Amino acid sequence: MEINSERESGALVLKTEGRVDGSTAASFQEGIKSSIAPDDKRVILDLEKLDYISSAGLRIILLIAKDLKQQQSQFAICSLSDSVLEIFTMSGFNQIITIHDSPAAAIAAMS
Amino acid sequence: MTMTDTDTKRTADEDKTTYKILVVDDEPDLEPLMLQRMRRSIRSGRYTFVFANNGVQALERLSEDDEIDMVLSDINMPQMDGLTLLEQIPKVDPNIRSVIISAYGDMKNIRTAMNRGAFDFVTKPVDFEDLKLTIDRTLKHLTEWREALASRDQLVTLQNELDVANKMQISILPTHFPETDGYQVFASMEPARNVGGDFYDIVSLENERVGLAIADVSDKGVPAALFMMSSRTWLKGSAIGLENPGEVLNEVNNLLHEENEQTMFVTLFYAIYNPRNGELTYANGGHNPPLLVKQDGSSEVLPPVQGIALGVAPDMDFGQNAITLAPGESVIFYTDGVTEAMNVAEEEFGLERLQAVFADGAPLDSREANQAIFEAVHAFAGDHPQSDDITCLVLRRH
Repeated sequence: MEINSERESGALVLKTEGRVDGSTAASFQEGIKSSIAPDDKRVILDLEKLDYISSAGLRIILLIAKDLKQQQSQFAICSLSDSVLEIFTMSGFNQIITIHDSPAAAIAAMS
Repeated sequence: MTMTDTDTKRTADEDKTTYKILVVDDEPDLEPLMLQRMRRSIRSGRYTFVFANNGVQALERLSEDDEIDMVLSDINMPQMDGLTLLEQIPKVDPNIRSVIISAYGDMKNIRTAMNRGAFDFVTKPVDFEDLKLTIDRTLKHLTEWREALASRDQLVTLQNELDVANKMQISILPTHFPETDGYQVFASMEPARNVGGDFYDIVSLENERVGLAIADVSDKGVPAALFMMSSRTWLKGSAIGLENPGEVLNEVNNLLHEENEQTMFVTLFYAIYNPRNGELTYANGGHNPPLLVKQDGSSEVLPPVQGIALGVAPDMDFGQNAITLAPGESVIFYTDGVTEAMNVAEEEFGLERLQAVFADGAPLDSREANQAIFEAVHAFAGDHPQSDDITCLVLRRH
């Protein structure tokens, strides 16, 4: 899966699009992992253009969050569509993954 | 064969660089000639040669040395000729390739040799350039054959692993359902090909109460199936030992989290039904909330309750809630395989279509209600392949 990354005000913003399910989860994980440099202390995953995420995809986001926490980096996701937000709310993962409305809001909260 | 690309690469890296060729001929001149004419290939380490004078000796060599890749044999020899040898070689090792050296124009023997499994032939007097090409081609074929065998073995292993996972998943599902004058439960699961994550469980508790669970594990394959077994085992233990659904999920969550290196998780909805008063007490570990279907066929999702999918983070809050079922009301527990089933236009079945199944009247029987849901999902999905397990459990108060 294609992951677009840009660095903005000291934060790494990663953008993805389409569907993350069992068949794309591995490349989604690889794409994110390879985009994060060891000195990235603030990482934001922008899910604005994500149409769907399955439980296999949720697991990847949990793994990324876990890795970043171990590196003492900050992590948040932002710009979730209603349907993707619903998936995070139903699973309860909104309690352990920080969610913001926009990349700017996420950057502001991390500063 | 795109899927074997990586295998081929790996095999090429590990590829043995030297091939051992057994030359069988009763003419003593052939050995020094062969060593002399093939010296370049021998020196480069590509070939090594071993020699035998007849078929009997050749078979002895073959049974002593399992590194021989190829046999190059004359036809006319004392004790055992080349054609008889051809018949015997597969009994020692079916993957050895043989090339026959025959007299020029001896079509009859050449045909017999080919019919007995020779890979190719060369004629006398031996043209060593041609022999070298023939050997290279034979060994190339042999290498490809071995790679194909290795890929096949890998596929078989993978398939066995998936079969094991599927069997584990199916083996944990209860097949007997409670049915009394007061209430009835029925559940079924339709596994998606190569994906196994859903399960349900029914636990008998004290004072006629019954614990009902529906769950979906985040991944597939053997690790997910093992995680599913753990989830189900912990759930059963906690359900019997603890009074409230919220406490049960809290304990199962902590137990799963302790041994969860791979960050798998399970969404699990757990409820206790008390047939004496129709009360259904429930807690939710990040699962789709069930649907309450009323006597008139209208339905609504159960009121939300604090919770999170199990196994990810320890010491989370699990609330609990309760509703009372009136006679004739049913509760539909389901997994996202139901609501996310897709049709050919890639639309999802969705909650509204699930609700519509009973719009004309509440179910009178749990089994029939369950079947009606599966029928509606199948009719909607049509020819679109099923991508996730579909599971549904129905509780009805009579």
